Amino acid sequence: MIASLTIKNGQNKGAGLVIALLADVHSNLEALSACLAHANEGGAGRYAFLGDLVGYGADPQGVVDIVARYAAQGAIVVKGNHDAAVEKRAGYMNDTTTEAIDWTRKVLPEDRKAFLARLPLCLRDESMCFVHASAASPERWHYVDSPAAAQKSAEAAQTPYTFSGHVHDQVLYYQGTNGKMSAFRPLQGSPVSVRNHRRWLALVGSVGQPRDRNPAAAYALFDTSREQITFHRVPYDHLAAARKIRQAGLPASIAYRVEMGI
Amino acid sequence: MLERLTPGTEIDGYRLGECIHSGAMGHIFRVTRPDRFTSMIMKVPRLGRNQPAEGLISFETEATILPALSGPHVPRFVAAGDLETTPYLVTEWIEGESLDEVLKRGLLRADQIQGIGAALADALHSLHRQDAIHLDIKPDNVILKPNGVAVLIDFGLAHHARYPDLLAQEERFAAGSAPYISPEQVLGTRSDPRSDIFALGVVLYEMVTGKLPFGIPRTMAGMRDRLWLDPVPPRARAAGVPPWLQEIILRCLEPHAGARYQSAAHVAFDLRHPEQVALTERAGKSRQNGFLAQARRWWIARGDHSVPRRLPNVQVGAAPVIMVAVDTTHPHDERLPALQRVTGQVLSLSAEFRLACVSVISAGPMVEGRSDAATTSGIHLEHLVRLRHWVAPLHLPPQRLALHVIMSANPADALLEFAHRNHVDMILLGAPRPSQHALAWWRSVASSVTAHAHCSVHVVRVPGQRGDIEAAPGGASQDAAGDEGQP
Repeated sequence: MIASLTIKNGQNKGAGLVIALLADVHSNLEALSACLAHANEGGAGRYAFLGDLVGYGADPQGVVDIVARYAAQGAIVVKGNHDAAVEKRAGYMNDTTTEAIDWTRKVLPEDRKAFLARLPLCLRDESMCFVHASAASPERWHYVDSPAAAQKSAEAAQTPYTFSGHVHDQVLYYQGTNGKMSAFRPLQGSPVSVRNHRRWLALVGSVGQPRDRNPAAAYALFDTSREQITFHRVPYDHLAAARKIRQAGLPASIAYRVEMGI
Repeated sequence: MLERLTPGTEIDGYRLGECIHSGAMGHIFRVTRPDRFTSMIMKVPRLGRNQPAEGLISFETEATILPALSGPHVPRFVAAGDLETTPYLVTEWIEGESLDEVLKRGLLRADQIQGIGAALADALHSLHRQDAIHLDIKPDNVILKPNGVAVLIDFGLAHHARYPDLLAQEERFAAGSAPYISPEQVLGTRSDPRSDIFALGVVLYEMVTGKLPFGIPRTMAGMRDRLWLDPVPPRARAAGVPPWLQEIILRCLEPHAGARYQSAAHVAFDLRHPEQVALTERAGKSRQNGFLAQARRWWIARGDHSVPRRLPNVQVGAAPVIMVAVDTTHPHDERLPALQRVTGQVLSLSAEFRLACVSVISAGPMVEGRSDAATTSGIHLEHLVRLRHWVAPLHLPPQRLALHVIMSANPADALLEFAHRNHVDMILLGAPRPSQHALAWWRSVASSVTAHAHCSVHVVRVPGQRGDIEAAPGGASQDAAGDEGQP
């Protein structure tokens, strides 16, 4: 059975709450720190980590430490496929990815691995659903890479808002009167009204490994009272993050991807 | 709650006045509120089981886009009600006459068409610069203020690149008003600012001939005609249409967006400077294309409607109006070749530019103690010839080039006014040189233009020798040396 539960008492609940939505950190401590600082400045009162805390990058422990601290204060954290692969090796992953996961398994302390293993696949909080991949079958890690896939996920979520990662792009899907979804490419820093009479599915982009030839970290802020979502890109010292990947002896191709944003 | 609306009803503090419009989509009332002094209107959509959903989506679209727009060409947004419970939209009431009413009074003179057309093009350019596209330009949606400024109303079908396009996937909504919409809109594209330029062409055509270029099609097949059918040339319908005006109209109405004007600013420019319009075979056409030519257009139209991927502002910005100030009273000034080189470099950055070469000469041809008209036009022509000579080495196609000699006692003001009126995106001009007493006035021109221009200004300097800075006398050069941090 899919681990799915409803949060009863979130932190700082009430009017004017801004939620920071962070996905696919992939052990990139520099990128995560930059996004958290940016979100804090942007008035974030609550945090949601949408899976894939680890994998690829050189700082799994640093990242999991931070996220565990946020979780203790009520942050939402769901499991990603890389987090799951630490617990149980995944056959579908390629050699580079597997090498990084094996390395992560080796360096991560047991209690941190236990933290990852305990994460739920999907969480719902009133009008919002948080899931790494598709809410239609979170454990199968299907990519939400088309309007049809977005529609399936949003309908399974049954909430007006679905927030996801897994696909490293920033896309906002919205439902039309015929039930079909359309994709919108948001402009960074520009708030978009997302009224709750229609369904929305936001892919918030990747904090630690953007792949659109722009190395800046990606995340989003959702203002619950204004019903507005704003997608952001945050420049950070990505060359330092890439250097640490090389120094850790991880595959050089991963470092190159972080350097180039590919 | 909004089902029974009558004058006197109060909604969120707004008291309803006269109902000024009742249509398929909803009602429009004049409204007042004790704490607000501006004249306002309230738009209320029709709601209920029997009402089409697209009406509400249009309403939602307008409520999203209007607050994001600013400037003199859109009504100011005041307030919006909750979309779920009390949907309404309060905006500024625009005092003026709709273009529709103006047209009903009869055909307009060429100079009126010129003025209204340019005002409408100004409004479209302002909108496109804000990353928005109207997509429903027609005479009903244009209000002409007493001062001549055009204001666009009804953004229910508009597109704004910063917001999800709620109408894009709706299958059952009216894509716009059948007589006015562009071929690409017929095919479902909603992200091309050049669609508004096509509609502007239809409006100009209507103003000139009193007829619609593609009639009022009632079927999809009828709508698709405009993908390949060329309209009856305006001159065939209204004798006396000047060639330049037909050139402008038919260029706006090109079925392929790439063959139209690429920026509404260029349309405004041509309407304001008819003598600068480069005439092509469009200008002289007296009848529609023959069968073969239409078949060829049909063949080209079949597949060639690519959807632009750039933001409207970026797309329009790729078709800049560039102005270069050339001092033709000193044709041997060493800065002129430098200005020419820089102009060439700047133009090489875009394929769709419009270059206006402007020379300001002192007013009043008192050179030989005479001031008759013949002398004035003779001097004017002489400077025009010098301008043409200056720009000739750049080998620009005539439709990209405009030459202007302006007589004015105040060159800076004349340049600034020209730039402002013509949506100039960049001004190029020579830098002042302290040593040149003969050209001392340039100093104030360059600095005054730089200080007051609404756009970027590129001040061109003749590269000096490195030693010049130290060698030159005076305090100014010492400042320059200080700026460069020289030892």
